[in-house]
Amino acid sequence: MLRRLRLRRAEALACQELVELASDYLEGALPASDRDRIEAHLRACDGCTEYLAQLRRTIEITGRLAPEELEPAAREQLLVVFREWRSGGS
Amino acid sequence: MTSLRRRRRRQPAVDVPQDEETELLARLRAGDEAAFATLVDRHHAAMVRLARAYVPTDAVAEEVAQEAWLGVLRGVSRFEGRSSLRTWIYRIVVNQAKTHGARERRLSADESLSEPAVEPERFTNGAWNRPPATWSHAEHLLLAAETGAMIRDAIDGLPPLQRLVINLRDIAGLPPDEVCQLLELTDGNQRVLLHRARSRVRSSLESYLEDA
Repeated sequence: MLRRLRLRRAEALACQELVELASDYLEGALPASDRDRIEAHLRACDGCTEYLAQLRRTIEITGRLAPEELEPAAREQLLVVFREWRSGGS
Repeated sequence: MTSLRRRRRRQPAVDVPQDEETELLARLRAGDEAAFATLVDRHHAAMVRLARAYVPTDAVAEEVAQEAWLGVLRGVSRFEGRSSLRTWIYRIVVNQAKTHGARERRLSADESLSEPAVEPERFTNGAWNRPPATWSHAEHLLLAAETGAMIRDAIDGLPPLQRLVINLRDIAGLPPDEVCQLLELTDGNQRVLLHRARSRVRSSLESYLEDA
């Protein structure tokens, strides 16, 4: 009984549709009606809940990527540009 | 000075506090080389990547970024802080890149924007037949340096505009409106590009964790 109810609620928005809305959902860029449909779906669907958790985690880990190391030569060259600027050369 | 910076070290890089930026700017205007070096370490690699989306080679991109720094130094006395320092610097990069005969960036078929977020084979009648497995057991792996390198490779393999948008949004931490303005994208296009990029990176990460 509960199972059938869950299925029917999930049918309002297919999993395959939800994954296409997931990023916009996390951006807060969806109209309230779509947001409600997604949240109703998530309450009944472990797969999509996991998908969204993975997407959140992906964004979070991407945001933690360490800044790329600069080649010492390129860095030194920029400091030379700076010193010239400071001395009024350019 | 050092103590000020140490106090803020726990702040994530994407969220540089306003007063630290103000302090750096003041030092830069006063000709403080250490302040300039801090900005270079923080922004140069991203500037080269941004420039690379407009110009044909890595060497030209490096040149554009270097010219942009000169533009930053020449303009810093006029910077009024209406946008974030980073956005202001990035705008100088884009303008500089355009003077190098930037090719026109278009949302084209090669951006594969219609590609689905998840392979269609994983659904039956729209519902998961192979739902994503939990990552909770892979926590140590998610934080490993190799995983970071894998994500960077995945991002580098994206079509140019997607790569640019995910870099600016999720790595540099720019807000959507600033990205739209910088890249002259509509909000809708910015979101589609970000969606595609994030979907692909998630998918790469999923495959990577499955194989690990």
